[in-house]
Amino acid sequence: MTSTAQGGRDKVSRGKVSSAWRKRLEIAFFVTPALALFALFVIWPIITAVQLSVFRWKGFGPLTDFVGLRNYLTVLNDDVFVDAVIHNLIIVGGSIVVQLPLGLAIALLLNRKMWGQGLLRTIIFVPYVLAEVIAGVVWFQLLQPQYGVIDNLLGSVGLEAPEQGWLGDPELALWTVLVVLTWKYLGLAVILFLAGLQSVPEELYEAAQLDGATWWQVQRTITVPLLGPTMRTWAFLSMIGSLQLFDMVWILTGGGPANSTTTMATYLINQGTQSQNFGIAGAASVILFVIALVMAVLYQQLVLSRDTRPDVVTRKKKTREVIR
Amino acid sequence: MSAPNAHVLMRAPSTSGRTRKGRSFGGGSPLVYGISLVVVALTLGPVLYGVLGGFRTNAQIAENPSGLPGPWVLDNYVGVLTGASFWQYALNSTIVAVLTTVITVVFGVMAAYPLARYEFKGREGLFMVFVVGLLFPATVAIVPLFILITQNLQLGNTWIGVALPQAAFALPVTVVILRPFLAALPKELEEAAQLDGTSRIGFFWRILLPLSGPGMVTVGVLAFVGSWNAYLLPLLLLQSDMRTLPLGVADFSSEHASDTAGVFAFTTLAMIPALVFFLAMQKRIVGGLTGAVKG
Repeated sequence: MTSTAQGGRDKVSRGKVSSAWRKRLEIAFFVTPALALFALFVIWPIITAVQLSVFRWKGFGPLTDFVGLRNYLTVLNDDVFVDAVIHNLIIVGGSIVVQLPLGLAIALLLNRKMWGQGLLRTIIFVPYVLAEVIAGVVWFQLLQPQYGVIDNLLGSVGLEAPEQGWLGDPELALWTVLVVLTWKYLGLAVILFLAGLQSVPEELYEAAQLDGATWWQVQRTITVPLLGPTMRTWAFLSMIGSLQLFDMVWILTGGGPANSTTTMATYLINQGTQSQNFGIAGAASVILFVIALVMAVLYQQLVLSRDTRPDVVTRKKKTREVIR
Repeated sequence: MSAPNAHVLMRAPSTSGRTRKGRSFGGGSPLVYGISLVVVALTLGPVLYGVLGGFRTNAQIAENPSGLPGPWVLDNYVGVLTGASFWQYALNSTIVAVLTTVITVVFGVMAAYPLARYEFKGREGLFMVFVVGLLFPATVAIVPLFILITQNLQLGNTWIGVALPQAAFALPVTVVILRPFLAALPKELEEAAQLDGTSRIGFFWRILLPLSGPGMVTVGVLAFVGSWNAYLLPLLLLQSDMRTLPLGVADFSSEHASDTAGVFAFTTLAMIPALVFFLAMQKRIVGGLTGAVKG
């Protein structure tokens, strides 16, 4: 650890050994609780999911009925699961396509000097703070066919709502869920984009203003490009969240009507804890994980890597210098 | 989400919000205010409708869904508040969230300390375990987790049985946020403490912990809110008297499906703790989230 003088080397090296041991003990003392908890409740269940996926198991007794990859074939040949994957992908794409422009527009709007700015920022974030379940229960009531306020308001302006209700029509249910999810999560996009806007140096705006650029030109050529990294990271988080979607669907539709809103998560809960098909659920978990991992890696390679490429890094450095 | 510069963003709370300079462009034109009003109406509308719906009777709602309370009735709210189940759910939610938060913060700050301030072989590898953990959604492991907790550990339907796995899944983001935070504290502090004869454990207790308060509050708030709003894990693990508020709301809404006003009252009351907590901790929540994203 420290350089030692020639004399008394024995003593020092003995001290070194015991201090090295002491250090190891300290590290173990600090890290063990977190690692143990993580291993028991995160790593072990994931390994178990892989193990369960190659057995037929009803939730009791030993794992004896080895079926190889048959659970995977069952899952992949199950139309309900394939549809669930498609639903997840629609939610992934739909969330990004809708929330990105809307969130950006609102963030740019709120970034202007205006009265009540702080209050607006607080309000826009409220839906995100509510539990998905609570938001879901409220929306479920609003969307009811007979006494729901949304159909009532549409009726009062002469529009006709779908007969079985927004959540009861297999053609519309998934899109309705997407609208509610947009309401719930738009605030997160806005808040993150606003935080990203803080790091755009004021000098750039001043320079652009001196050059006679209009507000729109400034947003298009300065703000949006500089917000790139924030938007890309937000989209990544949104994607991971959409792939795991469970709470909102479970409350609004339970996956119905006619499986038109099932997600991978509702599928594996239905198979696992509801029908005791733990092997099938295990296989579905592994497939969900693989899909999430592949999408995360692809996204990392294709999109996020732009943020760490040298030219971008130097630009960031320059930006920092400008700030100082 | 590479972590190393997350500490830069931990300062986000102090620079965000009202302290920042306004941009030189634009200003509040009528159009901007108009759009803002629409956004506010769409955002708060459903929430306010629920709050007001709780003050109406089912007959009023059936007669005119989009009307205001007339007359205002308190029965729905009084009914929920005088019933035992709401308070039981709130108590369960609070205890589970507090346990989750304490375990997450204590274990998280302990793990982040050597990762931030010790030099040892395998340090980066150990850190990567937590970084990769960010990618594991709890959903993937939910069925084995259910079996582990109910059968192997016999912790089904207990507070701690929910808090432990929730804390485990909150650990990655906690360690990833706290490590750069602890690493940013000046080296001189440690050297001074060593000169005074303080051990590293003493340094951790007496100097590092007090100084890392803000970081711990941020990760603590994130863990608390996550636990407070959680649904899937409690749904599988908790029954009857042990249910948390989200479970209580969902069950109340399906058991009393025809009592719309009652559902609105119950839901509104269940929202209040989260909203109050959010308003009190707003800067921490927003700062923590932006830190986690931009890090």
